[in-house]
Amino acid sequence: MRVELDEPKCVASGQCVVEAPDVFDQRDEDGVAVVLDPHPPEELYDQVNEAVAICPAAALRLVRE
Amino acid sequence: MTDTATPRGAASTPSVTEYPAARQEGCPFGPAPQLRRLTEQEPVAKARIWDGSTPWLVTRHADQRALLTDPRLSIDEKLPNYPHMTRGRAEIAPHLPELITNTDAPEHTRLRRLVNLPFTVKRVEALRPTIQRLLDELIDDLLAGPKPADLVTTIGLPVPTLVITALLGVPYADHEFFHRHSTVGVSHTSTPEEVRASNTALSGYLGELLDKKRTDPSDDVLSEMAGHVNEGRMTREEAVIMGSAILIAGHETSANMISLGTLLLLRNPEQLEVVRTTEDPKVVAGAVEELLRYLTIVHTGIRRVALEDIEVGGQVIPAGDGVIFDLATADWDAEAFPEPDTLDLSRPARKHHAFGYGAHQCLGQTLARVELQAVFGTLFRRIPTLSLAVPFEEVDFAFEGVAYGLRSLPVTW
Ligand code: HEM
Ligand code: HEM
Ligand code: SF4
Repeated sequence: MRVELDEPKCVASGQCVVEAPDVFDQRDEDGVAVVLDPHPPEELYDQVNEAVAICPAAALRLVRE
Repeated sequence: MTDTATPRGAASTPSVTEYPAARQEGCPFGPAPQLRRLTEQEPVAKARIWDGSTPWLVTRHADQRALLTDPRLSIDEKLPNYPHMTRGRAEIAPHLPELITNTDAPEHTRLRRLVNLPFTVKRVEALRPTIQRLLDELIDDLLAGPKPADLVTTIGLPVPTLVITALLGVPYADHEFFHRHSTVGVSHTSTPEEVRASNTALSGYLGELLDKKRTDPSDDVLSEMAGHVNEGRMTREEAVIMGSAILIAGHETSANMISLGTLLLLRNPEQLEVVRTTEDPKVVAGAVEELLRYLTIVHTGIRRVALEDIEVGGQVIPAGDGVIFDLATADWDAEAFPEPDTLDLSRPARKHHAFGYGAHQCLGQTLARVELQAVFGTLFRRIPTLSLAVPFEEVDFAFEGVAYGLRSLPVTW
C-alpha cells in the first residue's frame, strides 16, 4: 500500500501528524504535510486510514499497488 | 435577499425551519429537537434566518463531509445570497479584505499557509509545558481563594487568554490591559458598548504591538505576521484583523468548552472518574474528542454559497443559493455516532465536526485540544471533590452568540 498526498489541497491542519506521527510530518516553512514513509508497515495501516478519514482537506489516500 | 424557487427536479418541496433554533430547557446540551428530526427525516431542508431569507440547511454528518470538501461551494461572503450570521456581519462583509475566513482555494490556501505555522503540531506541542504551568498556577490560586468560586472567571476565561498572550507575544507588562479587554470582549455579562470599546482598544493595541515587532521581532505569531508585512506578503490591516480574529475565535470558544465540559462531567460522575483516574494521555485525548462532539458549541451553523447546481440528499441545491451546515446535529447523527445522546468518553469520536470540516476547519484546533487536554487531565485530579455549588437548574447558560456557553459556573470542593 502507498500513501498519496495531494499537496496543493493540504491546509496544514496537522491532523495526519497527530494520528500517524511515524508516517507524516509538517514542513517547517509553512506547515504543509510531508509523507515520511510512503510505504508504511502493515501495523500502521489503521493509523493511516484514520488520518485519511479525518484529513479535513481530503488530501490523503492510501492506495493499493 | 430573495427566496429561491423550488429546486429543479427535486422530489419534494423542502420544509423551512427557523434558524438558529433554541436548545431545549430540559436538555441544554443537545441540539434543538426540530433540527435533530431533520437529520433523520429531511437531511437537506431549508432554514429561515434573521433577514427572512431561506438558505439550505444540511444536517447529516455524511452530507456535510461530502459538501464541505466540494469546490462547488464557496465561503466568499461578498457573493449575493451568502447567508450571513447577523446583520452586523452582513454590513461589514463588503468592507473586509481577503482573509482566510472569506476566500476559497487557491487564495485561501495561500493566505492560510501564511498564518498556520504557529499552529503546527510541533509548535503547539512545544507550548504544552507552558500551558500546563499556567493552568497549575490558576488552580493554585483557585484553591487558595474563597469557596464557592466561579469556574468561568477563575479557569475558563484565563486559560485561553494566557495561552493567546503567550502565542501572540504580548509583553508581560501589558498582560493586565490585554486580559481585561479581551475578557470584556467575550464575556457574556458585558454590555454591547463595553464590548465595542474593548474591541477598539484591543485592535489599536495589536496594531502598535505589530509595528514594534516589525523592527524588533521575537519568537511569536505577531512577529511572524510582522515579517510577512515587511516582506509584502500581507498588509498591515490584514495582519491586525488576523490577530484580532485569532483572539476572538480562540478565546470564547475554548472558555466555553472548559466551563461546559466541566459541568457535563460533573453531571456524569462515572465518566468523570475515567478522566480523573487515568494516567494515559491517550484516554484524556479521547475524552476531549467526545466532549467536543457532545457539546459542539459553535451552534449558529457554518455558512457557504453554491457556485453550481449540486445534487444531495434527494434535492438539487441550485447555483447561487446559500447553504448552512448545522454542526451539532451532524455530531448527534446516529449513523455517524451510535447512541449519540450517550456521553461515552471511550467512543471513537475524532471525526466530529465541532471544528468544522473542509479547508476552513479550525486553524486553532491543535491548540484548543492541548488546552482542553491539560484542563480535563488536571482539574479533577487536583480537585477530586469538585462539585456544583448551586442546583443544576440554576446554572446560567448563555445560548446567544456564535458559540454557547455559561455565564458563570459556581463550584465548591
Ligand atoms: C474549542 C475551541 C474551538 C472551537 C469549537 C472552534 C470552532 C471552529 C469552527 C467550527 C470553525 C469553522 C468555521 C467555518 O468553516 O466556517 C473554526 C475556524 C477557525 N478557528 Fe476555531 N474553534 C476553537 C478554537 C480556536 C482557537 C484556539 C483558535 C486560534 C487561536 C481558533 C481560530 C480559528 C480560525 C482563525 C478559523 C478560521 C479558519 C479558516 O477559515 O480557514 N479557533 N473554528
Ligand atoms: C477574520 C474573521 C473574523 C472576523 C472579522 C470576526 C468578527 C467578529 C466580530 C466583529 C465579533 C463581535 C460580535 C458581533 O458583532 O457579531 C465577533 C464575535 C465572535 N466571533 Fe468572530 N470574526 C471572525 C472569525 C471568527 C471565527 C473563525 C470564529 C470561530 C468559530 C469566530 C467566533 C466568534 C465568537 C465566538 C464571537 C463572540 C461573540 C458572539 O458570539 O457574538 N469568529 N467576531
Ligand atoms: S491532515 Fe490533511 S490537511 Fe491536515 S496536514 Fe495532513 S494532509 Fe494536510
